[in-house]
Amino acid sequence: MIKISSEDEKKKDNITRIIVTNSESMLPSDVMMKVYHSSSDVTAKETCFGTMINGPIESVNKVVEDVVSMDPNHIFVKDRGFLPGDERRCRSSRGGGPRPGFHFLREEVNTLPLISKGLEAYYKGESPSSGFEAKQKLDAFKLKYIIESEEM
Amino acid sequence: MAQIIIYPTTSLILSDLVRRFGHEPLVMMEQIREKINTVGIDSPPLNITGQEPKKGLKYAAVEVPAGVRGRMALVGPLIDSAEAGIIVDEPDIAFGCMGCARTNELTKYLIRQRDIPLLEIYYPRTEDEGKEFVKQIATFLKELNNNSKNSESEEEAN
Repeated sequence: MIKISSEDEKKKDNITRIIVTNSESMLPSDVMMKVYHSSSDVTAKETCFGTMINGPIESVNKVVEDVVSMDPNHIFVKDRGFLPGDERRCRSSRGGGPRPGFHFLREEVNTLPLISKGLEAYYKGESPSSGFEAKQKLDAFKLKYIIESEEM
Repeated sequence: MAQIIIYPTTSLILSDLVRRFGHEPLVMMEQIREKINTVGIDSPPLNITGQEPKKGLKYAAVEVPAGVRGRMALVGPLIDSAEAGIIVDEPDIAFGCMGCARTNELTKYLIRQRDIPLLEIYYPRTEDEGKEFVKQIATFLKELNNNSKNSESEEEAN
């Protein structure tokens, strides 16, 4: 028989969110200050790609809402399954290197400036001048030219 | 508010936009959180145990590698409960460590097989594409709201 302690029950109601900042007018440290000022029952951890907030669902949602309202088009939020510093993910206990999921997050963070501009344009009611351009395959002659120029 | 399955299932951009426009994103992180917080014999639980490949049999045949079935045990229930979907086609990062290519193919296939509203789009590479990306997603999600309101009023009328 597995005993479920009250601490385990509490853990189940806790969630973790990652707040990624892509703003020219705000720093990740500003996000942290906002979290500290909220005096909610949450724990926060600043990392190289954003801020992780963990705590009861209502408190986390409230803090996230407050933080996003500072610059709605430049602050992005996603869920995280593991707790901040979880041994199964934290690189301090895994011998270094990027944690699983980091590369994808970094790739998306590079795209965030385009999304921010898209959001600004959407709320202003601007429409894009052109749609998606179809991806072109690399031309064989161009590839040959690149190879030959490398050999030179 | 509708439940939207997104692909890539861990996407920051998609989950943020879906929540921003008033819907609930169905994401892998939620499944992982539930899994690692559920107390069991193997506590603290591992990511994937021997049970997952068995559960994955609902979505993939027995000769499919256990890794694919294990992943499908987490992704499959999300697809089952989705009311609409957004797929970003050919994300560059899907070629590499974002899970295996076969799981990604199967996930997209199963989403397309469901008879639900679906938006297929590409990641933006230019500013104009960024505007188009946000506009298409926002329009799609707002239409879902309108459709659900219409169906509710029809039900009331009946």
